[in-house]
Amino acid sequence: MARLSVRLGDLELENPIIPASGTFGYGYEFADLYDIDILGSLAFKTTTLNKRFGNPTPRIAETASGMLNAIGLQNPGVDKVIEEELPKLKKCFHKPIVANISGFSIEEYQEVARRLDSEEQIGLFEVNVSCPNVSGGGIHFGSDPDMARQVTEAIKKVTTKPVFIKLSPNVTDIVSIARACEDGGADGLSLINTLIGMRIDLKKRQPIIANVTGGLSGPAIFPVALRMVYQVSRAVNIPIIGIGGVSSARDVIEMMMAGASAVEVGAANFADPYICKKIIEELPEVMDELGIENIRDIIGGCK
Amino acid sequence: MKQVICKIRENKKIALNTYRMVLKGDDMKQLKPGQFVNVKLEPFFLRRPISICDVKEDELTLIYKAVGEGTKMMSELKEGKLDLLIGLGNGYDLSKSGERPLLIGGGVGVPPLYYLAKKLREQGKEVSVILGFNKKDEIFIEKEFIDLGCKVLVTTADGSYGTKGFVSDVMDEVEYSYFYTCGPLPMLKAVNNKAESEGEFSFEERMGCGFGACMGCSIKVKDGYKRVCKEGPVFERKEILWQD
Ligand SMILES: Cc1cc2nc3c(=O)[nH]c(=O)nc-3n(C[C@H](O)[C@H](O)[C@H](O)COP(=O)(O)OP(=O)(O)OC[C@H]3O[C@@H](n4cnc5c(N)ncnc54)[C@H](O)[C@@H]3O)c2cc1C
Ligand SMILES: Cc1cc2nc3c(=O)[nH]c(=O)nc-3n(C[C@H](O)[C@H](O)[C@H](O)COP(=O)(O)O)c2cc1C
Ligand code: FES
Repeated sequence: MARLSVRLGDLELENPIIPASGTFGYGYEFADLYDIDILGSLAFKTTTLNKRFGNPTPRIAETASGMLNAIGLQNPGVDKVIEEELPKLKKCFHKPIVANISGFSIEEYQEVARRLDSEEQIGLFEVNVSCPNVSGGGIHFGSDPDMARQVTEAIKKVTTKPVFIKLSPNVTDIVSIARACEDGGADGLSLINTLIGMRIDLKKRQPIIANVTGGLSGPAIFPVALRMVYQVSRAVNIPIIGIGGVSSARDVIEMMMAGASAVEVGAANFADPYICKKIIEELPEVMDELGIENIRDIIGGCK
Repeated sequence: MKQVICKIRENKKIALNTYRMVLKGDDMKQLKPGQFVNVKLEPFFLRRPISICDVKEDELTLIYKAVGEGTKMMSELKEGKLDLLIGLGNGYDLSKSGERPLLIGGGVGVPPLYYLAKKLREQGKEVSVILGFNKKDEIFIEKEFIDLGCKVLVTTADGSYGTKGFVSDVMDEVEYSYFYTCGPLPMLKAVNNKAESEGEFSFEERMGCGFGACMGCSIKVKDGYKRVCKEGPVFERKEILWQD
């Protein structure tokens, strides 16, 4: 096994770097810039049963060391993703991918998973129960332990692929939700999604984002994500994908020491579209400096 | 799309709060009129989209207005390097221009029309340009358009230069085969109400990535949804859905 390889359940990744859902399109914009086959995996934009346009614009606002977004799960719908996006992605990415899915009812979550289950490109499901930008969907299922367990159980029934639940930080006690997912049979957890925030346009005296609030991401949320990964990893026995503000090789190591088995890199791809490539290239150097032989040895290694 | 680390050759005030930056870098020649670049400005997290105003060999010219934190900081840059993503967006379709294209720009919507005018003049087209500003001290590159051999009309909202009024008020004075326009949304709407030919509009939207990855800039058009940064920023008149 190579120095950077890690495991997410049954799935082995060449390295722990995965572009986060919603920040990497379906990969081909980045394939213009570099060979994306160097990535550990790739999480595609949340896919729902029906196509969604999402929220009105402006959908984006800048913040100190980060940004707010309120896209509202724009996606072409699961059938189009299978017919058009996956074949296109297959041409530039040849490893198992992370299929991020969401729904507005438990049946819808199940149906999306069922339709994607037979796609061999998909290595694992990442179930978004944490989108803060749509009403009645996403976060609705991730704010209550009982609902989170039900969604997990329902999806486990229709697929044999590993099921990771992507958790929201916008809850009082993320550990109880994490435990509920584990009880429901989750094979792993992804955390965190964005933190709900807001900005006001001072001249117009109105919110910058048309949807009023948006999800905060970027370096600003790294310490919050790190804390949650640390707490959750100590409470469950399933692997965690650490997400939130990761933008350097050092951040990756910190996230993994906190308890993550792999990481997703989100908004940092916008500031520097080469960031995932740079992190993968820099990791061995930083590991040498810190006396780390194999990256998997440091998972949860924070004393 | 490509990332280019450019050298700042010049960064000069040319009108009220308006600056011209000349950058030297690789692969500038492939850029098309109507495309934009996304500029990284430390310590800001998101890049700033700015239209291509002119390209000469390895030189790229941007004209921008200092309106907020980022562009103010940009206006203070002296020498040094600047990290740009270049070649973003679709650009104008020059093949549709006909023999007498009309270019209509308002405020910082004027810069992208310069490179367009230059290319159209190279093809021997008879180019008319309407430039709209609020007042006289905001006016820039009028002479540059004249030097290209364009017929130029200027309007100012307060009447301190040229015709008093808006760009749409003088469109009747020009005969045109097709039009290209860029400016604030109310201006684009006024142009649409007045225009008597097909044409193309360049739109602005707040952007996360600027290269199609985040869906931050999607707008509704007649046959579905398009990203201003990828399928835009230029849209054909017949595909646009105007909203209030
Ligand atoms: C395709 C395109 C081409 C453009 N070309 C030019 C040009 O040639 N010259 C020029 O002066 N301006 C141009 N603009 C507008 C320019 O991008 C904004 O004025 C600039 O981003 C403001 O940044 P700021 O930090 O000064 O403002 P702030 O308000 O401090 O910026 C905060 C955030 O909002 C964004 N933002 C604010 N205003 C706008 C806006 N009007 N459009 C998009 N994002 C905005 C910023 O990018 C930043 O992310 C263009 C915009 C687009 C979308
Ligand atoms: C523009 C944008 C769109 C996003 N879309 C999704 C999405 O569709 N599904 C999802 O699970 N998370 C989505 N996210 C959240 C990210 O995947 C990630 O969890 C979050 O941004 C925190 O990571 P970061 O700080 O590295 O960006 C989105 C984030 C951004 C910035
Ligand atoms: S700004 Fe990201 S898709 Fe257009």
